[in-house]
Amino acid sequence: MIESSNFDMRVKFGHKQFDSPVFTASGCAGSGKELSQFFSLTELGAVVTKSIALKPRSGRATPRMAETPSGMLNSIGLQGPGIDQFLEDDIPWLVKNQARVIVSISGQTVDDYASLARRLRVVPGLSGIEVNISCPNVENRGLVFACDPVASREVIEAVRRNIGGELPIIAKLSPDVTDIVEIAGEVIGAGADGLALINTLLGMVIDIDKQRPKLAGKTGGLSGPAIRPVAVRAIYQVHAAFKNTPILGMGGVTSGKDALEMIFAGASAVSIGTANFGNPTAAIKVKKEIRELLIERGFNSISEAVGVAHNE
Amino acid sequence: MTGINKKAQQRSVEIISNKKVGAYHHIVFAVGDMATFAKPGNFVAISVGGSNSSMILRRAFAIYRSNDRGQYGGTIELVVAPHGQGSKWLTGLHIHDHVDMVGPLGVSFGIPTEPVNALLVGGGYGSAPLFGLAEVLKERGCRVDMILGASVAGKIYAPLEGKRSVNSLTVTTEDGSTGSKGKVTDVMPELIKKYNSEIVYSCGPMPMLAAVDNLAEQFGLMHQCAVEESMACGIGVCMTCVLPVKDEHGVIKMTRSCIDGPVMDGSKVVWNSNRQIPEGTWGA
Repeated sequence: MIESSNFDMRVKFGHKQFDSPVFTASGCAGSGKELSQFFSLTELGAVVTKSIALKPRSGRATPRMAETPSGMLNSIGLQGPGIDQFLEDDIPWLVKNQARVIVSISGQTVDDYASLARRLRVVPGLSGIEVNISCPNVENRGLVFACDPVASREVIEAVRRNIGGELPIIAKLSPDVTDIVEIAGEVIGAGADGLALINTLLGMVIDIDKQRPKLAGKTGGLSGPAIRPVAVRAIYQVHAAFKNTPILGMGGVTSGKDALEMIFAGASAVSIGTANFGNPTAAIKVKKEIRELLIERGFNSISEAVGVAHNE
Repeated sequence: MTGINKKAQQRSVEIISNKKVGAYHHIVFAVGDMATFAKPGNFVAISVGGSNSSMILRRAFAIYRSNDRGQYGGTIELVVAPHGQGSKWLTGLHIHDHVDMVGPLGVSFGIPTEPVNALLVGGGYGSAPLFGLAEVLKERGCRVDMILGASVAGKIYAPLEGKRSVNSLTVTTEDGSTGSKGKVTDVMPELIKKYNSEIVYSCGPMPMLAAVDNLAEQFGLMHQCAVEESMACGIGVCMTCVLPVKDEHGVIKMTRSCIDGPVMDGSKVVWNSNRQIPEGTWGA
């Protein structure tokens, strides 16, 4: 058995290397400051920021949340300050505190994504761009680019053209599609360096006393351990088809065991989302447990363990 | 006041007492130095259901009292209404059981620098944080008058030791089963005049806070209220507990009650009963 200190936790997306395989999922770590009172953000592979849009967004009305068995629905609606204030406030703070930063971006048109990429290209201190083409909490569900192979390709191509070749692009995909492998193929073809799998699933809860949907936005994104098997399945299918594209796995990861399922299915790293809400130090716990569990199983590095569930 | 409560910590805490009081449970936790930093208006967030729980979100509870030098070291006391699955689980725990607690969280009540006449208004178990506040105000030489309201007598939380820290206590119930029949706002104008109140503090359901704010405004009084929005995390990362609040420039923003509250300036809150995003909100 190897010494814990020799175990290699490094992962790579595109040209960027990260020291830890545990990231925070977009929209689940605030601005970074909120979690930093519980642990040092330098422990993370990177902070993936909330998805930022060109203009400020108020988000949806409340109630925005409903707890479900082993999960929750959220309907935040991408509340955020817009790219200008985000670059003025959030990014400098994260960089100053030595956090690695992947900026998640969200747009309503292909041009929005292109503009956001142009803005980010010149920002120092970033380690990647997550292109969120799959947020379910938008007014027009037809705008979920990740449900359409052509629209997915167009967005990623536009970001690639505008961001240049240095920063890795990670495309965040929706599991609410007939064939996620087809969408993955399109975004990889368009220049994505990695994939974030999975975004939330569209769901609904009815308040049986009020006889109406519980969320103000009626539908919401389902997250938490309830969706973990869906995430593991999506990661497994996509890794089988595209072995060389690193996957950032997410969807209900709460423990090291959960993370191992995703890594063995084909994820190179994992993101902690909903688990941050129940346990502010979940990311630290998962990181520690991944290391212990992989060492126990005779692995010397994370990369050795990626996709082993596919072995004959 | 706004921002992250830098004193917040996460720790496993032991239950040292759990007693049923009327419709509620009074629970005492040994929390070490977490108690030192707890102020009236702060809250804690507790994991519920045990390690294999299907309830993945923390439950937020306003701190009833804290004591940093007791027989068990630092303690935090909560008043819990067993409404939902999570609070039922918590009220069913026994002495020596442990729970995972994060606290103290949120913005506390602002305390006047000079003695003033304060009127404290609570609804249901919303009275809990007001007793700790009353003690602090009393120590500062304030006159403290309190109104507590609920639907029925069993839902009034007014323990004996709490009553010592107030100059007067007025109780209202909607069914008239104890105190005067009606709502807290029915008796509020008369008490403001009688006791020459200069500031109003409130805690309870949102419609009550809106009605209290309306009266405070009519009398030209400052009003600090602890708002009640459902939370998923309590630490500012989930963006579910938002409500429309005017910032220092008068711009309405969807504001987190866990970090920029729960205590807010009532005159800055946009009280809207239809719960839509108000017109003119930033980013709407």
